[in-house]
Amino acid sequence: MSARLLAGLIFSELMVGAFGGDITGKIILKGEPPQEKKLPLDPQCSAARKIAGQATTRFYVTDANGGLAEVFVSLKAVDGKFDAPSTPVILDQVGCEYKPYILGALAGQKIVVKNSDPVFHNVRTTPRVKENPEFNKAQLPKGRDLDFTYKNPEKFLRFKCDVHPWMFAYVNIVSHPYFAISGEDGSYTIKDVPPGEYEIEAVHRKAHAPKYVGLTKKITVGADGAVADFVVDITK
Amino acid sequence: MSDKGAYNPRIHWFAVVTAVATLGLIGVGGIVTSKGVGMAVPDWPSTYGYNMFFFPVSQWVGGIFWEHSHRLMASGVGLLTVLLSVWTFGWGGRKFLRFFLAPLLGIGSLLCFVVAEPQIQDGTLLGGLAGLALGTSFFWPRCQPSPRLIQRLSVAAVIGVIGQGVLGGLRVQLFLDDIGIVHAAVAQLFLVLLASIALFTSRWGAAALGRGVTTTLRTCALGWGLVCLMVLIFGQLLLGATMRHQHAGLAVPDFPLAYGKIWPATDEASVSAANLDRVDPREFNPITREHILLHMAHRVTALVIFAVALLLVVGATKMLPRGHWFANLLILWFALICVQGLMGAATVWSKKAADIATLHVVFGALTLVLGSLLSTISFCLAQAVPRRVSVSVGSLP
Repeated sequence: MSARLLAGLIFSELMVGAFGGDITGKIILKGEPPQEKKLPLDPQCSAARKIAGQATTRFYVTDANGGLAEVFVSLKAVDGKFDAPSTPVILDQVGCEYKPYILGALAGQKIVVKNSDPVFHNVRTTPRVKENPEFNKAQLPKGRDLDFTYKNPEKFLRFKCDVHPWMFAYVNIVSHPYFAISGEDGSYTIKDVPPGEYEIEAVHRKAHAPKYVGLTKKITVGADGAVADFVVDITK
Repeated sequence: MSDKGAYNPRIHWFAVVTAVATLGLIGVGGIVTSKGVGMAVPDWPSTYGYNMFFFPVSQWVGGIFWEHSHRLMASGVGLLTVLLSVWTFGWGGRKFLRFFLAPLLGIGSLLCFVVAEPQIQDGTLLGGLAGLALGTSFFWPRCQPSPRLIQRLSVAAVIGVIGQGVLGGLRVQLFLDDIGIVHAAVAQLFLVLLASIALFTSRWGAAALGRGVTTTLRTCALGWGLVCLMVLIFGQLLLGATMRHQHAGLAVPDFPLAYGKIWPATDEASVSAANLDRVDPREFNPITREHILLHMAHRVTALVIFAVALLLVVGATKMLPRGHWFANLLILWFALICVQGLMGAATVWSKKAADIATLHVVFGALTLVLGSLLSTISFCLAQAVPRRVSVSVGSLP
């Protein structure tokens, strides 16, 4: 083995140690979810809505194979202090719905709420953690962006509009960057997790309410990352 | 000034209009909470930065419509209450309007214009009100002052309506649901107060205050019974207000059973299962064991109220001559309680539809008001003659 090859191997090992691997997995819903309800859009919102399809609630969003979307997956008890990124998390109001419905932000990271609608909205947050303040801000039609910042971790911190009482979004405030939201097929990826042993948790806003204690697994993240699948069982 | 006052139909009907407007205001307040739009206007006392009376009608949309309407109606009720109170002071109200209210509003208006950032809308409004107060003082009725009791009640009403407005504002500013509960409770008491003024300014009330009423009741037992029931009904309204301000929707979704049982299970697994089934676009807060128990307490209290009211009405109708107007009123009130019970059931059956839930609030307020008036009347009836005096039916008012 040449010295150059050896050096390359050592370097790659160091890089994996520094940047770690990805945790991937899929969330499957077991059981029949209740029928989603149509959103009672008012005429103004219906007129403003340029999105195809009926607006419905998003309690359980699944694909044909049972993949469960919008599940918040994160590592529990991660040591270290992580600075909030300078790029904000974006939450938009489009057709009198929040996009996206579930998202995550690092504690201290700016959450920017946009209003792409030609209608008034108010943006009210209803945190359950006492240290997180409640806000209620007015937003004019296509008005300027509103900024929110939360410093204390909280699962599913609710953003809502009282002008249109069917509009909700939930932001998970986390103390570290190792989290993900499952996609439309139920799969997720948590990138660049340092090697080590962790407990990973998958929480669904509806299935695990009101305490939001989700499903957990012990995993070992190695150079190849790790895989953690979950089954959210709502059968009775 | 004595407690004996002549009947003034104009003041009486003005008080009736103010009380009816207050009932309407409570109804709109009920819609606001039923639709979950109480925070749709984030600022107070302004509305999206406007003076509330200048907020463009074109922007009264969605939840803003109901919350803004509630505020405007509240302002209207406030104005009616102030006018009613001033009116009860008779011709003396003229001086109050000309030499106190108009100058006060005028100074307020001037201050709005001379501050660093002039509040044009506020200043215009206050200036307009000052002019209105001054103008009105020239046409103010030259009637006699009302009895002192009515004056005191009307002043209490003014204090009440101002306090109630501040409570509503604090609810918006401080994000506290508990203030919302107090706001709802004070609204009911305020309505009772206005209804009492309407009662005492009526022909019957004027006679009662002047000791002109003959009697039917030998003791105050009925009155005290009704008072106890009123306390119970008020407690029931507080329970209802607490349920509404938890924004958790229906904690028990079926009636007359509760989750298919006489008494629902409240263990953690059952509550979790109940939460799984709740899919309402309003995305209510998840229910807890306490929510379910509160809901059941509301149902049990309703049963107790029904039973006590039935006993009282049956007892009173036996005590009173057949067909007596007071007995008829009691029966009407009992019918109202029954309707209110049905509205409660309908609220559950309709999955807490906003219109039904609001009617439940309105009928609850009516039940309390009519019951309070009946208990007041019963005391007056009992007070008018010494004990052990039997009274012929022909002399009844």
